[in-house]
Amino acid sequence: MKPKETSEHYVLSSSPHAHSHASVSRIMLDVIIALLPTTIAGVWFFGMPAVWTIAVCVSTCVVTEALCRLAMKRESTIGDFSAILTGPLLALNLPAGLPLWMAVVGSVFAIAVCKQVFGGLGKNPFNPALAARAFMLISFTGPMTIWLKPYWWRAPDAVTTATPLAAMKTMFTSAALSSATPRAGEGGIPSLWDLIIGNMPGCIGEVSAAALALGAVYLFIRKVITWHIPVSYLVTVWVYSLISGGAPAHIHILTGGVMISAFFMATDYATSPTTGKGKLIFGFGCGLLSMLIRQFGSYPEGCSFAILIMNSVCPLINRWTQPKPFGYKRK
Amino acid sequence: MVTAIVCIAGIGLVAAVILAISDRYLSVREDPRIGMVLSALPGANCGGCGFAGCDAYARALVEGTAPNGACPAGGDAVAAEIAKILGVEASATEKRVAIIKCLGTRSEAIRVGDYNGICDCSVAAATAGGDKGCVYGCLGYGACANVCPKHAISVVDGLAKVDKRLCIGCGKCVAVCPRKLIELVPASAMIHVLCNNPDKGPAVRKVCGVGCMGCHLCEKNSGGKEAGHFTFDGFLAKVNYANPPADPQIVAKCPAKCMIEDPHFESAH
Amino acid sequence: MSLPTDGKDLVESMKTVKSKFKFRGGVHPDYNKDLARDKAIERMPVPSELVISMSQHLGAPAKCIVKAGDYVTRGQIIGERNGFISVCVRASASGLVKAVEKRLGAAGGSAPAVVLDTTAPVPEGVVVPEGPILQPLDWKTASREDLLKRVEEAGICGMGGAGFPSSVKLNPPPGKRCEYLIVNGAECEPYLCADHRLMVERASRIRLGVEIMRKILGECAVRIAVEANKPDAIAALEEAFADMVGNVEIVVLPVLYPQGSEKHQIFATVGRVVPEPPALPIDVGCVVENVGTTVAIADAVEKGEPLLERVTTVSGDAVAEPKNIIAPSGTKYSDLVAFCSGVKEPPAKVISGGTMMGFAVPHLDISTTKTTSGLLLLSRKRVFQYTSQACINCGRCVRACPMYINPAEISKAVEADDIADAERAHVMTCIECGACSFACPAHRTITQFCRRAKNSIRARIAAEKAKAVAAQSAAEKKEPAK
Repeated sequence: MKPKETSEHYVLSSSPHAHSHASVSRIMLDVIIALLPTTIAGVWFFGMPAVWTIAVCVSTCVVTEALCRLAMKRESTIGDFSAILTGPLLALNLPAGLPLWMAVVGSVFAIAVCKQVFGGLGKNPFNPALAARAFMLISFTGPMTIWLKPYWWRAPDAVTTATPLAAMKTMFTSAALSSATPRAGEGGIPSLWDLIIGNMPGCIGEVSAAALALGAVYLFIRKVITWHIPVSYLVTVWVYSLISGGAPAHIHILTGGVMISAFFMATDYATSPTTGKGKLIFGFGCGLLSMLIRQFGSYPEGCSFAILIMNSVCPLINRWTQPKPFGYKRK
Repeated sequence: MVTAIVCIAGIGLVAAVILAISDRYLSVREDPRIGMVLSALPGANCGGCGFAGCDAYARALVEGTAPNGACPAGGDAVAAEIAKILGVEASATEKRVAIIKCLGTRSEAIRVGDYNGICDCSVAAATAGGDKGCVYGCLGYGACANVCPKHAISVVDGLAKVDKRLCIGCGKCVAVCPRKLIELVPASAMIHVLCNNPDKGPAVRKVCGVGCMGCHLCEKNSGGKEAGHFTFDGFLAKVNYANPPADPQIVAKCPAKCMIEDPHFESAH
Repeated sequence: MSLPTDGKDLVESMKTVKSKFKFRGGVHPDYNKDLARDKAIERMPVPSELVISMSQHLGAPAKCIVKAGDYVTRGQIIGERNGFISVCVRASASGLVKAVEKRLGAAGGSAPAVVLDTTAPVPEGVVVPEGPILQPLDWKTASREDLLKRVEEAGICGMGGAGFPSSVKLNPPPGKRCEYLIVNGAECEPYLCADHRLMVERASRIRLGVEIMRKILGECAVRIAVEANKPDAIAALEEAFADMVGNVEIVVLPVLYPQGSEKHQIFATVGRVVPEPPALPIDVGCVVENVGTTVAIADAVEKGEPLLERVTTVSGDAVAEPKNIIAPSGTKYSDLVAFCSGVKEPPAKVISGGTMMGFAVPHLDISTTKTTSGLLLLSRKRVFQYTSQACINCGRCVRACPMYINPAEISKAVEADDIADAERAHVMTCIECGACSFACPAHRTITQFCRRAKNSIRARIAAEKAKAVAAQSAAEKKEPAK
């Protein structure tokens, strides 16, 4: 017979017994909140197709995550909000008006192949949203590069158009030929105001620099991300565009995926280095590769591929940049 | 055409010469018996022999630096086979298996706290002495199960148990248990005392419903002290495995219910 | 940073300065010090039963020299110093030895302990000595050796937590000189106020202790390190040290956990960095002593009173009346709680020490030692539950770690049972301060993973040593045969 136990047991755990109250779900929620301004801006410019793309991506990601965990007989991880976050991250990197079944395929790929196959949150080597986007760009090249004009419903004659990036691509070569510096408002480049508020064709979430910056400020205030990756990323893009002599530096930063990549995509925890020094190297690599692809690659935009390439060297960067313990001499 | 033939032939010739030279001067002559011994060994790499895996033991055997019969997994059969290969006498071994000297499941032994931490016995034991009331008993966080190369140990209801049919007696679990309650015993022994608490009866009864109280009834029922089937450490009975008891009646007569008679150590749990 | 005195500037006066050095990392836990901060130290009556452990300090446990049935008087040695890193244990009250048995200590291990019945009548023939237990010394005239011997025979060890024998610390090995004596009054652990109250109420005793230690160590600069969240303690110390001659500074440290860690304290106060192990603070010319230890040294020398009692903060939201209590060492936690008028609500977790580095205990039948700085009773809502989520690689632990190691890598390596990888990631440098677990959003038990790795590595080193010793003795046995 079992002896009588005292009714109240104390919790026995190893120290520390205090906690900062930080949690994974809160971090994910913070990023979702930080994405709201750019989501709203995207919907403002691209209308209902943007809403549908986002809704389909979020719901597909959550359902895929739940099914994957069920199939693997592991506990459900819907509660950590990471799948809910992957949805908008992917959707915001897609053009509005993309056939919805493609968004479904991309979302399933992001969660099932890019995340759960590797063991779930924190163990994925590549940013799921970006890997899925790259997968879609290669698989559905046509639909993935058809861009709705902002306020397309007001211009029934020409709904789709080219992005400013396509115009800039030619600038790298034309700038070399003629010394005339292209100015904003010329040759398919929107005005500075339009660049900042996002009145230009592009992916749903990447157009509005102002909304992205607002979200980034929230992330900094909540201490979700550190300054290292965004700063080194943006400075690298800035310096590169100054040296290369293509389009002006601010246009490079404000168009395409640079802003959303620097603040939201490259800063993904699982696929970026943990140390400050490593983050600086990572941001530099992302910026450099983005610009190299913009200048020399066959795609007009290179942020997604740049980050994916840097994701793959992240373990190496982590290895190189291990901190030196307090008091240890450098060997 | 001719150039190509000459080129390929030339490359082939140079390569052949290099290979011939390296075979002559760089070759490593390995005793063929190492491979034979290795194939005779079970290949579990359990480390029970004290060497880093079967390969290391095979080399040591052939070099003559290890005794034949140290392989707990293979037992006599393997020792005899190796003896045939090496032409040496096999020192007789008896197959041994691990027993976990505790029967204190969650439904039998009390817990004194809610442990909240990583599932590992050594750290659980280091956290406030463990959450089990009995400081000698199995914590049930599976350190032994994690190191078992044959998956012979499972943890059920907060208590580790060994499946005798799978155990190869490598002793890895013995080494990792922070409570030191796993012992290797002859596989032929059928009667075991599964308790590790040497405290007095009342103290044991306070923490566990199936702990040995040192009442000596097992000794009396098996022919008394002179029969020598049991030894005592404080108030804890221990089976003398050099002279194990055979009468299963004593198990049923144990008032503490801390003895089992079972070929697989299973039904008791 | 002023240089240590070289004898010429003895007239230099005491200064209060702000710390100029800040280490990277660290965290800001909820301090909750207001519960007991303003409670004056109260002396508790001697409880009817004391359980005095033989292992109250770092190093080898003392050797018990009494047995059940003996009557011991207050201050009598009941455990002898057992090795170089060890201190003696004295009876903290007169009483009858009921038993000498193994008892669970707060840190989780069992050690022999003497159970004393303090209500037992004094048997015939036993004389309870009157007056001071040891002969009071005049520190100004006493020799350095006498003072050191007194610290040793008073059974004094570091009272901040680790319990390193003070007589060893105050006696630097030949060739090494102490340039800075640092008195640690940081008390960065949440809830605890014992050192804070000592500084407020016994600043003059701290000064006396400092003067004695300075005499033992030879002429050296004195730094008293206090966190900025204790302005009343700083004011009291300023008053007490105002006329002290020599290079004396009260260093106000920024509020940051783990400011009280020896290595970080040395860096924050004098800007020196203790090199990698096996280097000790004395290798950079520093000796750090806790304020409690400083008071104990003053009492041992001036009053002849060995270390028999200490101030313990009993706090937490489940305690009816949080208090700072002077209790004889060996007082059971249940007696401490009873002296605080019991509990307000059933505690869900009981911690010996602070919430960052203290030990959770399974019951209140455990006794205080010379290093018990606090006893915390937390209600269910204050108890944090660890889960086993996967690491999301956020790097918060890396930023929080004051030792600049990578706790995330270590925790993942230990999870995969790769202790060698954890060792490569410098897990042995870990001071187990808990900043990583505190910061982890995935609620991982990172500190416990580090502990597990350290335990395995220590066990491996011990096994290797034992093997080497066995091999050597075997070789020696063989030798004569040849």
